Amino acid sequence: MSVSEGLRATITRAKRNDLIFVGLGIAALLFAASTFVALFLDMVGDGMSRLNPGFFTEFASRRAERAGILAAWVGTFAVMIVTALVAVPIGVASGIYLEEYAPKNKMTALIEININNLAGVPSIVYGLLALGLFVHTFGLGASVQTAGLTLALLILPVVIVATREAIRAVPGSIREAAYALGATRWQMVSDHVLPYSMPGILTGVIIGLSRAIGETAPIVTIGAVTFIAFLPPAPVTSSPPFLNFDWLSSPFTAMPIQIFNWTSRPEEAFQANASAAALVLVVMTLLMNAIAIWLRYRLRRNLNW
Amino acid sequence: MFLRATLAVLIAGSLAACGQQSDSPTPGASPSAPTNTVIGIDGSSTVYPITEAIAEEFQLANQGKVKVTVGVSGTGGGFKKFCRGELDIANASRPIQKLEMDACAQAGVKYFELPVAYDALTVVVNPQNEFLSTITIEQLKQIWAPESQGTITRWNQIDPSWPDAEFKLYGAGSDSGTFDYFTEAVVGKAKASRGDYTASEDDNTLVQGVSQDLNALGYFGYAYFAENQAKLKALAVVPVAGGAGVLPSEETVINGSYTPLARPMFIYVSDKAAARAEVRQFLNFYFENIATLAAEVRYVPLPPEAYLTIKKHLDDNKMGTVFGGEPATAITIEELLRREASL
Repeated sequence: MSVSEGLRATITRAKRNDLIFVGLGIAALLFAASTFVALFLDMVGDGMSRLNPGFFTEFASRRAERAGILAAWVGTFAVMIVTALVAVPIGVASGIYLEEYAPKNKMTALIEININNLAGVPSIVYGLLALGLFVHTFGLGASVQTAGLTLALLILPVVIVATREAIRAVPGSIREAAYALGATRWQMVSDHVLPYSMPGILTGVIIGLSRAIGETAPIVTIGAVTFIAFLPPAPVTSSPPFLNFDWLSSPFTAMPIQIFNWTSRPEEAFQANASAAALVLVVMTLLMNAIAIWLRYRLRRNLNW
Repeated sequence: MFLRATLAVLIAGSLAACGQQSDSPTPGASPSAPTNTVIGIDGSSTVYPITEAIAEEFQLANQGKVKVTVGVSGTGGGFKKFCRGELDIANASRPIQKLEMDACAQAGVKYFELPVAYDALTVVVNPQNEFLSTITIEQLKQIWAPESQGTITRWNQIDPSWPDAEFKLYGAGSDSGTFDYFTEAVVGKAKASRGDYTASEDDNTLVQGVSQDLNALGYFGYAYFAENQAKLKALAVVPVAGGAGVLPSEETVINGSYTPLARPMFIYVSDKAAARAEVRQFLNFYFENIATLAAEVRYVPLPPEAYLTIKKHLDDNKMGTVFGGEPATAITIEELLRREASL
């Protein structure tokens, strides 16, 4: 009798705690979500009127109604491509090496600790490193390639950590099965581990790129310009050799710089431009996240073990 | 394989994005050194709107044949790059200083110093502030001096007839040329300022602060006051004890009565850049259009004959600064022209 009563009391208490936790969880979620929604709606309210096709095809101007984000979005896009092309191969290769090849010794442990610490280094530090190394020592200038390399360094730890997590989630039995059938280590990695961990790796890559796209401090530090009324040269040309890499060394501006410049203008009308540009940047980030989710879904569907 | 596909998509996308712009031919763009055809400008955020306006109109007039980039890294940051030979033109909201002159000399960078317009640093209070419409430089010094930090915090400590209420200060951040100039002109020593005030490099933050705070006092460039006249009240500044207060305006800047807070702004052109045909073309365009464009972005243009004198330095190959590396305040247009004539 008394035992079951005590049990009942315990259960009631546990259920009440459950309820409290659910309440707290929902409150936290609502707080986070409503902050974002409020910010987003505020931006839409302020900037929606400026979002017309001309806004995307015009260069910056001293007149708010004539100003657009062409140089900014093309610059951001070009930088992101360099960032992805550099960070993905190096990051994924490092992740694979650390998980599948590296001997478990002190050296490896040291490298691992450093990579985890690098993920927490403030972005301005990468900017200063890039200013000294890429801009001055290598003489790359305040160009698309410098910004791309800088942001690649910035997101490298994110890509490496994501790759390692994804590889670790592949069951050991898969590896043993591959070895049992006579596969070499590289065959095992390239035919099994890599495809299976691809959804996780891609998610990490996109999360890294989403972080890089909004970074202002490092690209300001390397000396990205604010006013630029021309685009990087096109990477394809109509005459041989058809490929043109001048765009890599072209000066550029990026979305966050354009937004910051507009918010600090005296004329009120530029605030609407800033909101509209911020809205575009948020949508760019959301799109990237959507692509990540879609890719993960597509790639997971192909897995059957 | 999926990785390969993703990369392919990314690359294809980039090609498409940049490819649509391939219709504008870039005649001077030799593949080896594309930077040569770009005029690189950087420096003060205060001078930025003027140079940007000129660059915008210049590129429209030239159909993009000569490319111009304008950055914002502050007067000091601009001079650093300029003296390393990384820039063609530096925007500056104050004359070049001794250390910067040395750096330029060491790197063998010679330069033309070209004043382009005037700005009136404007002292503002909340529009509902009834008791203040005029302030002396002496009172401003009392308010902003480093010694006042923690001791002078109430209006009636400056003037007994003012209310017994705590004032709130808003001013430029310590990296800006505006801060250097204001402290030099008011306190008497560059960068000497109390630290317990709201500092921002973004002047709109200061506008917001002053417009919402009854007991606020702040300072920033005239353009920010001109665009927000409904939310702010500019104070008339008394230059010397016993004189009359002068409100900032185009007229008072030109006739030299708004002093010492009216300040000249400059562009510095390196000798190497000035030897290039497209830079000359840009500078010609600059001086042809500065009078209209400076006024449009709320700065005070110099009188036409002043531009002729200044432009002549360029034609006569007269390089160097007329300020000798010393911080200069209370430079009226008249005084500036006298100095320029002696170059």
